[in-house]
Amino acid sequence: MAGAVTYYAGRAPERGLAVYTQKVGMWVFLASEVMFFTSLIGSYIILRFGASETWPLPGEVLNIPITAINTFILICSSVTMVKAFAAAEVGDKRGTRLFTLATALIGSTFLGVQILEYRELLHEGFGPSSGLYGSTFYTMTGFHGFHVFSGVCCLFWASWKAFRGGYDNRAYKGLEVLGLYWHFVDLVWIILFTVVYLI
Amino acid sequence: MESTETAHEHPGGQAMAGDEAGHEESHAHPRYMLVWLWLALLTVAEVAIVWFAFLPRVWIVVMLLFMAVWKALLVALYFMHLRFEPRRVALLAASPLPLAVLLILAVMMEYR
Repeated sequence: MAGAVTYYAGRAPERGLAVYTQKVGMWVFLASEVMFFTSLIGSYIILRFGASETWPLPGEVLNIPITAINTFILICSSVTMVKAFAAAEVGDKRGTRLFTLATALIGSTFLGVQILEYRELLHEGFGPSSGLYGSTFYTMTGFHGFHVFSGVCCLFWASWKAFRGGYDNRAYKGLEVLGLYWHFVDLVWIILFTVVYLI
Repeated sequence: MESTETAHEHPGGQAMAGDEAGHEESHAHPRYMLVWLWLALLTVAEVAIVWFAFLPRVWIVVMLLFMAVWKALLVALYFMHLRFEPRRVALLAASPLPLAVLLILAVMMEYR
């Protein structure tokens, strides 16, 4: 934040939108991310309904119960994320440390389960080259997984910063912006879970 | 002009602190655990609908999409605080949605 203020030669950058610059930036980035994932879903619709091959029924190839639990895990990480932000906002440094680290760990758990799922599927011979179903499945969940991975890296970094007392009731913007990204990743998974696994 | 001068004199100082204080007072934190409960229940409902499959497929798909949108809205409005942000932030957040809907509708028209 200090950097941005210096850059604008002392003028508070919030004046225009009355929202701080990093948050506006994150929302613009997320808007582009919406289009990115929409294009993936659009391609999926074309490939699925235009496909000559028969599409497996929900649960025939993919493991719905395990993924439902993983969805729940990601939802839980969103809750710890808002708790971390809420704690930082009121200057509760212990809560901020705890909840940021918890979010990073729960996010890692989601990734771990996804890796195990991939391993299991590959073991059964269902890979990215297994027809359109395989390639669309790995493309969509893979890109989402990469987003989770990036988020987890940032969360561990934020945890490190929180443990060094970097966030308090005057410096919580970084955590809020990271939170927006993390919730977006959760939101995308909610849609993908329905589109890829359930329909 | 007057306010800009004040901001210039106190970069990142009182003017901004005032804004933040106002922001904090403008909303109490939503009940996150309640939102969490709803998200969990909707996930269970989604899986149950697919698992038991006692409805025609079209209805299953419609209900699944409805619940997915419901869950996405819960996350956006409460976890991403869009309900408590100024309207211009909500507009910025919603700006790609018409394009996204258009794209999906366009590809779906191919396979009516």
